Amino acid sequence: MTEVSLWWPFAVMLAGAAVTYAWRALGVVLSGRIAPQGKLFEWIACIAYALLSGLIARMILLPAGPLAEVPLADRLGAAILGLAVFFLARRNMPLGVVSAVAALMALSWARGAGVL
Amino acid sequence: MAQGPSPPQRSRDFGGTRQALWAGVRLAFGVPAVVLSASYLGFGALAQQVDLEIWHALFSVVTAWALPGQVALVELYADGASILAIAVAVALTNARLLPMAITLMTLVRAPGTPRWQYYLAAHWVAVTGWALAMRDCPAMPPEQRRPFFMGISLVLWTVSLLGTALGFALAGSVPSYITLGLVFLNPIYFMLVVAGDVRGVSRILAAVLGALAGPLLYLATPDWSLLLTGVGVGSLAYLVGQARAGRT
Repeated sequence: MTEVSLWWPFAVMLAGAAVTYAWRALGVVLSGRIAPQGKLFEWIACIAYALLSGLIARMILLPAGPLAEVPLADRLGAAILGLAVFFLARRNMPLGVVSAVAALMALSWARGAGVL
Repeated sequence: MAQGPSPPQRSRDFGGTRQALWAGVRLAFGVPAVVLSASYLGFGALAQQVDLEIWHALFSVVTAWALPGQVALVELYADGASILAIAVAVALTNARLLPMAITLMTLVRAPGTPRWQYYLAAHWVAVTGWALAMRDCPAMPPEQRRPFFMGISLVLWTVSLLGTALGFALAGSVPSYITLGLVFLNPIYFMLVVAGDVRGVSRILAAVLGALAGPLLYLATPDWSLLLTGVGVGSLAYLVGQARAGRT
């Protein structure tokens, strides 16, 4: 492990942390000028939910990391199963998460073992 | 997270700021802590697989603490991207934190609080704590809301570090289908948090349309898709909600 490869990642991560905190700090700056019951607040909340939801859908449907190796049908099927179980079980979070993750693991295992 | 929709009333007075902080701690010390630490197992595993040191991964959790941006950073770093390209990608991935911070910091505002307290609390604005606080805080007296959010966040921050360290240690020693499951945990949990906690016609519409538009716009224009999804779809959902409210 050389000097560069030990310290350089810290610099990269510090840069990432700085741009991340910049959004949060800007949020504080702007937050004082908005009424929590007002229309502007509702509009910004809608933007937040749309952004968040779009990002999550992309992480499931078009992932960049190791999940890219998993077929789309497996990821989509497991996610839909998780949603269905979550709502059918009266918003039971552990049950929803476990069923989706277990389904994906089972499908990946089955494909790896040649069962599927 | 198990309750149904409830109208915002001042029904959750914990009696004081200290009690509110502990209420946040108790709320987080359940499913949120388990799932978030498990999600960070995936991050720790990812860091190990691209030959980073455990201290790099823990440093990222402490300083950034916004998982999608951290994952993007590590993947780009491993690809050999420049620090500028990485910073731009992380900033775009984390742009959601701006509207999230605006709404939450508006909600937790209380008279007599020094301004630096908000700048400190803003560091912990992230999906899980934000969604829980957005749901529960309107029913609390204003001075109890920030402590409640901090209680949630400090638990989640701590278990994120533990999860990262464990994931780093486990990586490579478990079969690949288990690693895939751990990585999948994060988006699934975020999806259910949003699906379970979103309230109101326009916000629900924003979440549903955002999920459809996000991937489609990403295929069309990867760089601008998140911004377009947020502002475009969010505004559309807001206008539809306003129109409906105007009719009834």
